[in-house]
Amino acid sequence: MMEQMSLRRLDEGQAAVISTITAEGEMGRRIRDMGLVPGVSVQVVGRAPLRDPVALRLLGFTLTLRNSEADFIKVTQ
Amino acid sequence: MPAAQNTIAIAGNPNSGKTTAFNRYTGSRQHVGNYPGITVEKKAGTAHVDGKTVTLVDLPGTYSLTAYSLEEVVARKVLAEERPGAVLDVINASVLERNLYLTLQMLEMGIPVVLALNMMDEARDQGIIIDEKRLEELIGIKAVPTVARTGEGLPKALAETLKLAEEKKGRTAPLEISYGPEIDATLKEMTPLVEEAELLTHKYPSRWVALKYLERDEDIISQGRVASATTSAALEKITARLSDHIKTTLHSYPEALIADYRYGYISSLLRQGVLKGVDEMKNRIAYSDKMDKVLTHRILGPVIMIGVLYAMYYLTIEIGDYPLGWVENFFEWLDGAVGATLPDGLLKSMITSGVIGGVGGVLGFVPLIVIMFMLIAFMEDSGYMARVAYMWDRIFRFFGLHGASIMPFIISGGIAGGCAVPGVMATRTLRSPRERLATILTAPFMACGAKMPVFLLFVGIFFEEDKALIMLLLSLTGWAVALLVARLLRSTLIRGASTPFVMELPPYRLPTLSGMLIHTWERAWQYIKKAGTIILAISILLWAAMSFPSLPDDVSAGFAEKKASIEGELSAFPHRKLSDEIAGMEEELDGLGANDPKAAELRARIDELTAQRDALPAGKLQVEIDELTAQKDALPKDPAADKLREQVAKLSESLEWLKPEDAGAKAMQRQLDELSEALEKTPSGAIEAVIGLKQKERDALPEIRLEAKITEIENEKAAQALSHSLAGRVGAALERITAPAGFDWRTNIALVGGIAAKEVVISTLGTAYSLGEIGDDEHSLADRIRADSHWTKANAVALLLFTLLYSPCFVTLVVIKQESGSWKWLFFSLVFNLALAYSVAVAAYQTLA
Repeated sequence: MMEQMSLRRLDEGQAAVISTITAEGEMGRRIRDMGLVPGVSVQVVGRAPLRDPVALRLLGFTLTLRNSEADFIKVTQ
Repeated sequence: MPAAQNTIAIAGNPNSGKTTAFNRYTGSRQHVGNYPGITVEKKAGTAHVDGKTVTLVDLPGTYSLTAYSLEEVVARKVLAEERPGAVLDVINASVLERNLYLTLQMLEMGIPVVLALNMMDEARDQGIIIDEKRLEELIGIKAVPTVARTGEGLPKALAETLKLAEEKKGRTAPLEISYGPEIDATLKEMTPLVEEAELLTHKYPSRWVALKYLERDEDIISQGRVASATTSAALEKITARLSDHIKTTLHSYPEALIADYRYGYISSLLRQGVLKGVDEMKNRIAYSDKMDKVLTHRILGPVIMIGVLYAMYYLTIEIGDYPLGWVENFFEWLDGAVGATLPDGLLKSMITSGVIGGVGGVLGFVPLIVIMFMLIAFMEDSGYMARVAYMWDRIFRFFGLHGASIMPFIISGGIAGGCAVPGVMATRTLRSPRERLATILTAPFMACGAKMPVFLLFVGIFFEEDKALIMLLLSLTGWAVALLVARLLRSTLIRGASTPFVMELPPYRLPTLSGMLIHTWERAWQYIKKAGTIILAISILLWAAMSFPSLPDDVSAGFAEKKASIEGELSAFPHRKLSDEIAGMEEELDGLGANDPKAAELRARIDELTAQRDALPAGKLQVEIDELTAQKDALPKDPAADKLREQVAKLSESLEWLKPEDAGAKAMQRQLDELSEALEKTPSGAIEAVIGLKQKERDALPEIRLEAKITEIENEKAAQALSHSLAGRVGAALERITAPAGFDWRTNIALVGGIAAKEVVISTLGTAYSLGEIGDDEHSLADRIRADSHWTKANAVALLLFTLLYSPCFVTLVVIKQESGSWKWLFFSLVFNLALAYSVAVAAYQTLA
């Protein structure tokens, strides 16, 4: 089993599986509503010109979130 | 509340084709309003299925029903309180898993649902096979494959939904799924408490209410507290206990676990043979990814986007100028027509200046709004808008805004010359309420098109050498103030953490024309209705303020006397006498029937007098001028000459703002002479030169000069009347306050008028300087200001900054109220912007003077 790391640390093109999400409240709900839950595999498909926000591919669609929001999401490769 | 069984709600995620389906079903039989008190749109319409008429409600697009956003609160409220007979859930078939999350929540609420597996064509292309039968077997809901863009499957989907609605009448047994041993046990403990107290059970299933307590759903908990404080407290206590337990044992939260189990339930459903063969990297998404490689590229992305935004601005403002011109011409014509029919007096003045001016001003914006919404609808529906927000977010977030704030800023005048009315309305694309409000309130600081004439005039007078630089600085000041004020607001009045950005980047798609047209029409119509009525009232009030109290009788009489004495002098001239006589006869002729024997006689007499008049110097010159003009107009088109003419006009305009001794003035004069000479060599140019000479000769005639004098007296009277009116007195009274900023009463009146519409500033200033109506020719005003010792660079800078920053115009204010949903923000904009502009203007004047 690989070590957990922050979603922010993934490079473009890298894929990983979500292990835990530490956000609660409004942020947590929003993240989960969009399908980001443990066990889902995500791939970084791009970053905005200023390296933030980040674009992810999961469950067949593309999602974007800020690096500060990605910090709540831990993944394993 | 009784179930509305012939009402069907359409629900679904954003970008699932939900609105396309709704438009397909209802066509033009829909109406759009707002849910009371908030800015979420309420769309409803009627459709026909199997000879029956059903009412369709288009719920706001949401990913969930957790009451996280206003849209979700509204969607849930409609489902629970209006109780549609059944819900047609439109799902993007290629993103089945995430889309079913919303479906599941509706099933848990006990709502009868039919699925429209939409965008089935794209899903098939990706090799996705969905076994609808298996899905029905597993959770008992019908699913119909559809393609909303072509209409495929839509009638069947609606017929199935109606059948379900008639059968279930809005309620069915709620779906109960397992949330793991801890939560299931807790729910078992809570449900009887809910049932016993009948806590919200008239609207929701009891287990669902308990579940919402565990999810810490603020909306439900606060409703529960009102319904039964004791039961609610008991439920909250159990929730806290479970929450602690889960935190210590699993390092998680109940709502997180609940979401995990829901997704777990969905994925196990799909694995039981519902979903087969997914090839993600095919077609639509792969194609979209390729486009994103270019369109969101680190360097190319921003470059292309600036191009796109510039094109949007260009199309809205520049192309919008043509229909805007038509609307303006129409109102000018109407103004003239009404002016000619009504007798002089208060009624005429009120209708022409108040009603037609005000309504014309409002409708003048309609072409801009229509074009802008067409473009925005295109950007949104195509998926590009989400990319714009994605690329700009890093910068705008710093100021407490959202990546999507850029669009309203640009349209409002971020590229000088925009308009805040469509700009503020463009904030509808922002889904984050705090960021949206901050954008609405700051967009009017941009250098909009109506502020430009003021800038051009004063920059032209006082900064002749650095015109372009100063104009650019003004534009940048607009940006700086907008962003800084946004930052300030977000840390004071609109404080609060930034709304989560988490957003879908939908695949690129070609929007449907009908969708764009419907969207655009809805917006334009809403604007006309709302802005129109309020502005009409305001423009009549403003007209009254500028007309009353009217000049005292003795002053009026003084002007009349002066005018009469000049008229007396004039009447001694045969040219004038003949003109008066002809006019009198023509009026008489108008009153006669065509066959009246007297008419022929009158006509003959008119011809005779006209011939006499045309033999006099003034008449003869006029006839010659008219003939020459006709000759010129009959010439074939000459683009080369037109170009020369344009250059000459531009040069002489620039030259007018220079003093003869200024650097470059000589070279310019030489160039102008050369160009004029070349122009005179073209056929039309030669005729123009002769016309110019004749006109000069005619203007020098004593009777024509006297006529000009009468106009002068009338203008002077208008100026006095303005300073005597309420607006004038306010302007004078304000002098004490505005003195530190260097504004005199004339400037004050003009600026007060400018709150109605910035376009009015220059024309009011013209009236105050007794120049009468200022048309295309603003040079006389520039000359007056240059000659007035009151005006220095310091006043000019203060005025420029004040004009840039002070209160938005009335139309914008009304739109701010409409978009923010509150009068409070209208008044805030008015007062705060005035105070800010005043401080900046005073600071500038005091530093420079």
